[in-house]
Amino acid sequence: MKLTLKIWRQKGPEDKGAIQTYPVDGIDGDMSFLEMMDVLNEQLIEKGEEPVAFDHDCREGICGMCSMYINGRAHGPKRGVTTCQLHMRSFKDGDTIYIEPWRSTAFPVIKDLVVDRSAFDRIIQSGGFVSVNTSGNTIDANATPIEKENADKAFDAATCIGCGACVASCKNASAMLFVSAKVSQLALLPQGDPERKSRALNMVNQMDEEGFGNCTNTGACAVECPKEISLENIARMNREFLKASISKES
Amino acid sequence: MASLKSVTPKGALKDQWTNHKNDINLVNPANKRLIDVIVIGTGLAGSSAAASLAEMGYNVKAFCFQDSPRRAHSIAAQGGINAAKNYQNDGDSTFRLFYDTIKGGDYRSRESNTYRLAEVSANIIDQCVAQGVPFARDYGGLLDNRSFGGVLVSRTFYAKGQTGQQLLLGAYSALSRQIAKGKVTMYNRHEMMDVVTVEGKARGIIARNLITGKLERHGAHAVVLCSGGYGNVFFLSTNAMGSNVSAAWKAHRRGAYFANPCYTQIHPTCIPVSGEHQSKLTLMSESLRNDGRIWVPKKKEDCQAIINKTKKAEDISEEDRDYYLERRYPSFGNLVPRDVASRAAKERCDAGFGVNSTGNAVFLDFASAIERYGNLEANVKNIKNPSPQQIKDMGREVVKSKYGNLFDMYKQITDDDPYFTAMKIYPAVHYTMGGLWVDYNLMTNVEGLYACGEANFSDHGANRLGASALMQGLADGYFVLPYTIGDYLSKDIRTGAIDTTSEAFSQAEQSVKERIEKLINNNGTKSVDHFHKRLGKVMWDKVGMARNEKGLKEAIAEITEIREDFWANVKVPGEVNGFNPELDKAGRVADFLELGELFAKDALDRKESCGGHFREEYQTKEGEALRDDKNYAYVAAWQYNEVPSKAKLHKEELTFKEVELKTRSYK
Ligand SMILES: Cc1cc2nc3c(=O)[nH]c(=O)nc-3n(C[C@H](O)[C@H](O)[C@H](O)COP(=O)(O)OP(=O)(O)OC[C@H]3O[C@@H](n4cnc5c(N)ncnc54)[C@H](O)[C@@H]3O)c2cc1C
Ligand code: SF4
Ligand code: FES
Repeated sequence: MKLTLKIWRQKGPEDKGAIQTYPVDGIDGDMSFLEMMDVLNEQLIEKGEEPVAFDHDCREGICGMCSMYINGRAHGPKRGVTTCQLHMRSFKDGDTIYIEPWRSTAFPVIKDLVVDRSAFDRIIQSGGFVSVNTSGNTIDANATPIEKENADKAFDAATCIGCGACVASCKNASAMLFVSAKVSQLALLPQGDPERKSRALNMVNQMDEEGFGNCTNTGACAVECPKEISLENIARMNREFLKASISKES
Repeated sequence: MASLKSVTPKGALKDQWTNHKNDINLVNPANKRLIDVIVIGTGLAGSSAAASLAEMGYNVKAFCFQDSPRRAHSIAAQGGINAAKNYQNDGDSTFRLFYDTIKGGDYRSRESNTYRLAEVSANIIDQCVAQGVPFARDYGGLLDNRSFGGVLVSRTFYAKGQTGQQLLLGAYSALSRQIAKGKVTMYNRHEMMDVVTVEGKARGIIARNLITGKLERHGAHAVVLCSGGYGNVFFLSTNAMGSNVSAAWKAHRRGAYFANPCYTQIHPTCIPVSGEHQSKLTLMSESLRNDGRIWVPKKKEDCQAIINKTKKAEDISEEDRDYYLERRYPSFGNLVPRDVASRAAKERCDAGFGVNSTGNAVFLDFASAIERYGNLEANVKNIKNPSPQQIKDMGREVVKSKYGNLFDMYKQITDDDPYFTAMKIYPAVHYTMGGLWVDYNLMTNVEGLYACGEANFSDHGANRLGASALMQGLADGYFVLPYTIGDYLSKDIRTGAIDTTSEAFSQAEQSVKERIEKLINNNGTKSVDHFHKRLGKVMWDKVGMARNEKGLKEAIAEITEIREDFWANVKVPGEVNGFNPELDKAGRVADFLELGELFAKDALDRKESCGGHFREEYQTKEGEALRDDKNYAYVAAWQYNEVPSKAKLHKEELTFKEVELKTRSYK
């Protein structure tokens, strides 16, 4: 198929950036979206132009590196799919496709479609862990049985890939879904229990400091999340946060 | 250059690690604060090592090329992690895990290292659970297990098809905690460009900030490489796009021996190549072989009908199917080790029984598992006389709970629904057993330079068993290196901070700079990928699943030619000072072009078949690998030469005290 690509080009953080138009030809339905971008880049290199910079690594939907805003939607038109797992059969001959980076003050653009998501790392550093050292003396893994239902829920929350699509698709650029996924995972497990209050408070605090917006429960994040992280996690985090705030005051 | 001393502790295998830990020199806590360690890589090996070293009190600097440590290639591991817990009470033990690993590796690994790996395996699971890793559990709330290839017990712990993700996020959380404490300084989007040695000791690195393009000098008392494997030398592999050999290769250029480069694992169950545009291949986890049955039609006309789409897998009757693994290997069936399963698939496809248009695909079929699970569910749920449809529906639900994400991924990529029709799969490059040579302490032959995880050669011999790479990465990083490195660092408590203004650092930086400038100013006509694809094709055709003398000699000549062409005609767009992924890629492909040649040389030199290394000249009448223990029971450790095929060979003889060398049989 033949496509017209309208791609955001921005030389660096200081550059203003603009949409530029590129035609591509010979695109096959079995190609992934990123393979289509490879074709474009190969053409640009041959013509002596600079290829479009974009983040990617695993191309399997698990590393969370790829991050394109396609036709106004984070990771494109399909639900539950990352950009790298989106295939060109979702488009048809003659289509025009708009490709932009994540947009959020907390995710500044580095170049073209590449943004800086280190704010997510700092949120995890503020409390997204269990404080246990590697000693080789931890108790036997089966000493504490965990109800299957909670274990499964914790797992579902833990499948967040940290891509940032939730932020990109939220009109407030809130990071609630991401933060709540980690808070929930650890709140659902006995190992996370001792620090659950400080964790909720610290992570929410860090999220605010990073400049992410407030959550107004529009639910757009969960619709666009490629791992289908549930809004239940946000509700759980709100409870965790409230409980922690109350006990802090009393 | 030092000779190859494995420094294996004395005494019986089972006492070696305990004795060694007792004998190791310790660094007192106050002195640890005076010592800096650099860790390259934040996969399972690197994150766990960096976190543990920081907990112990060392100052750690960690580097990764991705935008966050959480995105290392380990994140993509699917099926599971082994540990000798014997929770299933099926007779598992440290010795059995050790034995399976040695045998699975076709008797080409070092007994002492492999035993230690089995010994610390149980601790890994305890540690991960304590961190909040949500492994799969049964209804009683206890940890569940599955089986992997090449073994007769169920010792694999898992988290759906996302085990690597969950383990890495566990290690990443431990690392994050140390970053918050200021004990680890994290350098994201940084690439190690060279190791700096001072008086024969590794004393730091030259790194490149991938956003600004600036070169940086970092000094340390020891450097630990956890930079992963080199499967991408084949261009198409299941590795992440950025996985590379460069860090290990730079170490090799600085004197570290590269061991057994030709031991590469071709994984039997991957989604077949679909066209020219393909940029990578996708694994379908080995865990699927617990429930999926592998087959091709018995009749070529059926194969043709499937290719022409006039028939589907489900239209072929039972008696017209050849479950060739079950036929050839009745005792292990679909769960033979990877090398065996891959060759068997190739054999059928070469004989003309492939089931897709390229002729390179076989079926992996879940129909009978769906039926079996459906019936079990009907019993559990007490449904009398369930309809066939009900059975299938319930069966599909069970299969979904076990492998849901893998099935989704398959559908996404192929547009076929594996809940309703058999998957098509074919072998693909997946893992590299070879890597930097290390001693028992995981130190390379360059003092103070260590290698962990897939980057080193230890533990897996000529073939790795499924679910053992995650185990090794975490064993190295959490439980082995943090101890063994103390022995070396204890001599460095009075050294003081490493001076990065020294001549050695200047020279290293200068040579990195020149190389980058050469690439960018080359003004050629062909893209980096052009060369990478050509290299990949030579590797796959001549140094892939089956190798022979003639092909290997041709490969060496062809790779040399591609390398020369690369340096003459490569075109790297953009600038040195700025974000430039093409430039990053160019440097990595340049190193692959050297490694590929050494790889072929190693394969040429090893005149036997063992594990993943199959030489057509050395096989039994039934087409099984034919080892030559008399002449080749050694580790091939290569010393760098500018012409890689002229590298100098050093041999570490392998001696086996606890296991008897046998012909591997899974019949
Ligand atoms: C699809 C897939 C599925 C798998 N499934 C399983 C499984 O189920 N069970 C199992 O046991 N094994 C599995 N494996 C194998 C296993 O995942 C890997 O062997 C293992 O994760 C490697 O871990 P590592 O820490 O050694 O390296 P990696 O995870 O590859 O990490 C390498 C790190 O090094 C960094 N790096 C590399 N070069 C440089 C440089 N020059 N400068 C700076 N940083 C650098 C990277 O940024 C990264 O952080 C699988 C592999 C694949 C490909
Ligand atoms: S919650 Fe979903 S969208 Fe947000 S970072 Fe995690 S995986 Fe991405
Ligand atoms: S590239 Fe890894 S999730 Fe898309």
